[in-house]
Amino acid sequence: MIEREVTVTNRAGIHARPAAMIVQTASRYDSRIMLGKDNEEINAKSIMGIITLGAGYDTVLNMKVEGPDEQEAADALASLFENRFQEEPA
Amino acid sequence: MKAFTVLDLLSLDLKEHNALDLTCVGGRPGLTREIRIPDLNRPGLALSGFYDKFGFDRIQIFGRGETAYLEKLEVEKNTETIEQLFRRDVPCVIFTHALEPTPDFRRIAEESGCPLLQTDLPSSEFSSRLIRALSNVFAPHETIHGVLVEVFGIGVLILGDSGVGKSEAALELIERGHRLVADDAVDIRCVAGNILLGAGANQALGHHMEIRGLGIINVTHLFGVGAIRDSKQIQMIVELELWDSNKQYDRIGAEEHTRDILGVKVPDLQVPVKPGRNVPIIIETAAMNERLKKMGYFSAKEFNQSVLKWLESEHARNAYFQNRDILQRDIHRESDQEEA
Repeated sequence: MIEREVTVTNRAGIHARPAAMIVQTASRYDSRIMLGKDNEEINAKSIMGIITLGAGYDTVLNMKVEGPDEQEAADALASLFENRFQEEPA
Repeated sequence: MKAFTVLDLLSLDLKEHNALDLTCVGGRPGLTREIRIPDLNRPGLALSGFYDKFGFDRIQIFGRGETAYLEKLEVEKNTETIEQLFRRDVPCVIFTHALEPTPDFRRIAEESGCPLLQTDLPSSEFSSRLIRALSNVFAPHETIHGVLVEVFGIGVLILGDSGVGKSEAALELIERGHRLVADDAVDIRCVAGNILLGAGANQALGHHMEIRGLGIINVTHLFGVGAIRDSKQIQMIVELELWDSNKQYDRIGAEEHTRDILGVKVPDLQVPVKPGRNVPIIIETAAMNERLKKMGYFSAKEFNQSVLKWLESEHARNAYFQNRDILQRDIHRESDQEEA
């Protein structure tokens, strides 16, 4: 299992569009991907879950990836966060 | 758990007989103070100067008695015990019966940064409501990936991997007149020891669902307020999983499987899904069956009882008929002999 911290770096936070990008990316992999904030943990393959997490600007999320393609999945998701969901120039 | 502050206590959305009717009457900057213990304290003894084993970390309730004593202290210009009260960080002070803090008390409280709240409820009623509200807030809880629907009055939590069709099943159930409580992220609280109360993880966002191909839909606007519910006790779990031909599924249902959530056992059904299988009808029937069980009728067990009874009576009847045949044969033989 890979555990990694990712930070929301785009000003608008995780609204519908970034959430959809996370879900689409996560769904490409077989691994179980969970995103956690405070004591709440949700499945990264569920749009409503990610939106209801309410991750605003500068929130640190705890990402847990477990499965056959965990390394690729973790890298792909982390790069989404780093690229600010293509909303702002990185 | 996220810190629960005095401001959170003020903004708790409780209605009718649960309402706390709180307003802030002073010490506003202190509203960010955290409440760590779901308990309250009447500081009568402390005001008279006895501070041994005093519960500083509890919410302090000032009723008529305490306020009358404060007025006496005010007249006597005695502020020592009040200062002692605020020397440690008290989360907040609440005056009941819409009583006002005395000027000295207010000044010392505000200097120490302690928020002063007021309610128009009587002390005993307020105390029981506050304890109730706090025990809900401090109840053990977790967020689960699933859909919670109310079907025929039974709270059914639909679980399963993403893409198995939880939301679609829930949508069909809503269409059939059942109610959606939460989609995707269900916040579950264990209240009163053994009741699992499920609600949407984020109440502010309302009742929305994500349906593949449609996107996000607003259930309240599409199906009306009759199609939603804010919270519901979880009474059974339906786990959807893709049909696995190598797996043995329960064919009789005489055994009850349970799943442990926050230490409470909930009846758990595993329902295999494949194209053409009408999952909503299965969930509806499961919910009705669960109601029947609660009323004391267990379909699978009762059926087996009838089978056993029937087998037994059949056996007895066969034995009886065989005996009768033998008996009649004997009678015929005897009468034949007599004729001869």
